Amino acid sequence: MSRENSLVTAQWVEDNLDTDGVVLIEVDEDTTAYDKGHIRGAIKLDWTTDLQDQVRRDFVDKEQFEALLSERGVSNDDTVVLYGGNNNWFAAYAYWYFKLYGHSDVKLLDGGRKKWELDSRELTDELPTRAATSYTAQEQDSSIRAFRDEVVAAIGTQNLVDVRSPDEYAGRLLAPAHLPQEQAQRAGHIPTSVNVPWSKNANDDGTFKSDEELTKLYDEVGFDTDKDTIALCRIGERSSLTWFVLTELLGRKNVKNYDGSWTEYGSLVGVPVALGDEPGSADKVRA
Amino acid sequence: MCGATEGGLSLDGVNVAKEAVIQGQVLRSGDEPVANAYVRLLDRSGEFTAEVPTSATGHFRFFAGDGEWTLRTLAPKAQPVDTRVVAATGSVAEVQVLVSA
Repeated sequence: MSRENSLVTAQWVEDNLDTDGVVLIEVDEDTTAYDKGHIRGAIKLDWTTDLQDQVRRDFVDKEQFEALLSERGVSNDDTVVLYGGNNNWFAAYAYWYFKLYGHSDVKLLDGGRKKWELDSRELTDELPTRAATSYTAQEQDSSIRAFRDEVVAAIGTQNLVDVRSPDEYAGRLLAPAHLPQEQAQRAGHIPTSVNVPWSKNANDDGTFKSDEELTKLYDEVGFDTDKDTIALCRIGERSSLTWFVLTELLGRKNVKNYDGSWTEYGSLVGVPVALGDEPGSADKVRA
Repeated sequence: MCGATEGGLSLDGVNVAKEAVIQGQVLRSGDEPVANAYVRLLDRSGEFTAEVPTSATGHFRFFAGDGEWTLRTLAPKAQPVDTRVVAATGSVAEVQVLVSA
C-alpha cells in the first residue's frame, strides 16, 4: 500500500463529487456533526449504532455489516472515501473496519472534515438518496485485529505502541481531555509499550505528516521492524489511525489494532500495569 | 451552575467537583461567534491532547487535568491563535479566543 492508494486530497474529493462509483462516507466522533452539514453526496455511518453491536462489546457481525452497507447503497466495487473530524480518528477506525471486512477500495480524505472546513469548502444539509445494493462482506481479517491474550503475550516481545496522549499513558488521565473522566478501571499502560501519541501522525490541519517525518517518529522510539506490532489506545479508534499510518502509509507488515484497548486491558484482573512516563519492564510480568 | 461565567456554556450534567474544566468561546471581529473553528488542547510540553470543533455558538469545552495548558485555535481564513490557560479540579476556566477577521 502507499499514500497514493489510501489517501485522497480535499481537491480530489471536490473534483469527484459527481463521479459514479465514488461513495463519500462521514464517520465522526461527534455523530451529530453530519446533520449540521456534510460534504455534498456523503452518507453517514454512526460508529456507536451502525458499527457496534448494541448488546455485546463487539463489532457488528458480517451479516449485519452486509445489511448495513446494502441498505445505505454501497457496492463492493465502489471506491469508499471516508472522512471525519478530529484528524479523521473515527474515519480511520471505519477504514480499518472496512478492511477488516475485506472492502477492496477504501481511502481517507487527507485532513478529513477539519481540512475541508478550514479550506472553506462547501457543506450542505441536503441528504443524498442511494439505491439499495446487495453488499457481500468477507470474513473478518484476523491478521489486522488483536485480542487480549495476544496483547498480554506480546509484552516484551513485540512492538506495543500505545497511541493515547502522554497523560493517559502515564495514568494521569483516564480518557481524552474533552471527555468526562469517570471510569471504573485502572490507569496506566501495558509494560514495554511505547507512547507515540496518535496526534503526532498529523499536522495541525489534520493532514498526515510526510513519510519521512512518520518514519522518523517510529524510529525514534526504537520500533523494531523485524517484530510484529500491536497498536492500542482507549477504545481502538485512535489506534486505527496509527494502524493506518504504519500499514497503509509506511507499508509495515504484521500490524494489528487492539480494539479492546485500554478499556479492556485496564479492567483485566491480574495483568501487569505500568505507571508513569516510562515504558516499564517485562521482568515483573514473567517472574 | 457552579462556576460558570454568565453567558458561558451550561454545566448541567457535569460533575464540576471532579473535573478540571476548560471552556469558552471563539469570536471573530470582537463579538461574532465562530461556529466552524477547531480548538486543540496542548499539554505543558506542547503535546496535543485533544481537539474539539466549536458549536453553533462558537463554544468549546475540555475536561483537562490540573496544570497549565495551551489552547490552539484554528479557524477558516485566520491565523492559528495560542492561548495559555491554567486548569484546576473543581473549577471552570473560562476562555475567550479572538481570531483575526
